[in-house]
Amino acid sequence: MKQEALTKDNFYTSSTPKSGKKADSKLRRRQFFDRLARGFIFTFALLAIGIIFLIFVYVAREALPLFLGTAEEASFASSFTAPFTWQPVSSVPRYNVIPLILGTFKVTLIALLIATPLALAAALYTAEFAPTWVREWIKPAIELLAGIPSVVLGFFVLVVMASWLQSTFGFHFRLNALTAGMGLSLAVIPIIYTVTEDALSAVPRHYREASLALGASAVQTARLVVFPAASPGIGAALILGFGRAIGETMIVLMVSGNAAILSLDPTVPARTLSATIAAELGEVVFGSGHYRMLFLLGTILFVITSVLNWAGDRYNRRLREKLFGPS
Amino acid sequence: MCFTILSTFALLSCAAPDRQAVTIKGSDTMVALGQQWAELYMKEHPGTTIQVTGGGSGTGIAALINGTTQICQASRPMTPKERDLVKRNRDVDVAEIPVALDALAIYVNKQNPLDELTTEQTGRIFRGEVVNWKDVGGPNAPIVLYGRENSSGTYVFFKEHVLANADFAERYQALPGTASVINAVMKDPIGIGYGGIGSATDIKTIAIAKNMQSEAVLPTMSNVYSNAYPLSRQLFWYTAGEPLGANKQFVDWVLGPDGQKVVSAVGYYPLNREVP
Repeated sequence: MKQEALTKDNFYTSSTPKSGKKADSKLRRRQFFDRLARGFIFTFALLAIGIIFLIFVYVAREALPLFLGTAEEASFASSFTAPFTWQPVSSVPRYNVIPLILGTFKVTLIALLIATPLALAAALYTAEFAPTWVREWIKPAIELLAGIPSVVLGFFVLVVMASWLQSTFGFHFRLNALTAGMGLSLAVIPIIYTVTEDALSAVPRHYREASLALGASAVQTARLVVFPAASPGIGAALILGFGRAIGETMIVLMVSGNAAILSLDPTVPARTLSATIAAELGEVVFGSGHYRMLFLLGTILFVITSVLNWAGDRYNRRLREKLFGPS
Repeated sequence: MCFTILSTFALLSCAAPDRQAVTIKGSDTMVALGQQWAELYMKEHPGTTIQVTGGGSGTGIAALINGTTQICQASRPMTPKERDLVKRNRDVDVAEIPVALDALAIYVNKQNPLDELTTEQTGRIFRGEVVNWKDVGGPNAPIVLYGRENSSGTYVFFKEHVLANADFAERYQALPGTASVINAVMKDPIGIGYGGIGSATDIKTIAIAKNMQSEAVLPTMSNVYSNAYPLSRQLFWYTAGEPLGANKQFVDWVLGPDGQKVVSAVGYYPLNREVP
């Protein structure tokens, strides 16, 4: 971006007309505003990065005594080693993050496993096969789903879906990781759908036309031409969906059952990192071991999303290079 | 810095004597009670504004320690450690004011034929030592446990008085608020839950016996006053230092006949039986 800006700058200065003072001052004014606007945009971009960085520093700093071993009743090492229980209010408080991390991944994975195929199929249909009038209905309808507050989704799952799922599948626990994952997928589907649909629609028309002209069917074109061409965008959609799923708090707080169980079984209750912070942060005494632990949970959540975002971005860039050559 | 802002606010509110603000924070069990008190009191004393919020007893106590509330509502007594923290942070002793009586009810689904349990059996169920209803005289079905989050005073009271301070079973499901617990038990034929007595409809309340020898009783008013019901408790207000000024007036009113009338209207029991 910077290179581009520089060449534009050079272009303007080198093409400055020598005649006419009026035109000269006009041009200079324009250059001044250009530079001003660029400065503004740059400042805001820097501000966004700065804020994120400061949030991370603040959260990590509150958890720091755990690493130094100066926190009361809790330490970094004991939060990863047996016994794997989360009992913060106890004569001997036990803070173990493993069942919480497991619960978080369990619920997130279930949500993504449900949401991804549905959202991708819906996006492929609306972008490639649906008649225009259908597309004009489906797209806003799914995007409207993204606008529903998560507490409303959670309430719906808690009151309606949970009982229905229990009687249909015969779950022992009415509130469990699978139910929470399904509820969560309602929040994730519109995100994956919207971004995927945009990526598919952005594939140039002549790709499709070339494929069809070579005798490929519409399905073959969608599967072998459009979908691969849009795959970097689809990758971005999945990363965004993952971020939403892992950070979502209200739905899981309401329907996951909030029991910190170390189990891979999807039909038992689960307690997630985000729900634990939401449920317990209001109660803790500032500076106590419990307080530090909750900030450690925040740090872990932050690190998980950052690492996955980074890895996803890297993979995406490589994919783009493979598809369209190095940029 | 937080403290400076707070003290500035405190100074400002002192400077305007005709406009007095009281903040109340704490127990979710007591939110409805606090709001009723505040509403009536504000009607009678138009110069005072009272703000009531919940969050759980632990939240209220933390707020008292951190100086972000004037009155803390708690459905459990403060621990010595918490009292020390108030002393350390606020430089005054805590004043404890019992304001009402409450009983903790044990709920099961209406379809459950079980009618009574002992305190000890209930403890074994929630500790996870008993996992099937048939072991406590019920049908042959597994037990699903529901209860409050650990920020709740009800959670702590239950843990102390029913679980004998042992930890809850791993499978114990923590739900936000008594209403969620009741809703969950209402929809789960094999569920069991606990909560304040104020809000139970369409659900079965279990009679509790102190031990195997004594008779199981329901949490009714007479059983609470006669101390026959084992899971009754006091509900408290806490202030940092003895209440003064507007707070003192409000506390006196709450403990007086008008305030105690509200207690029975909301579904709890007044401190003194003689109050209607």
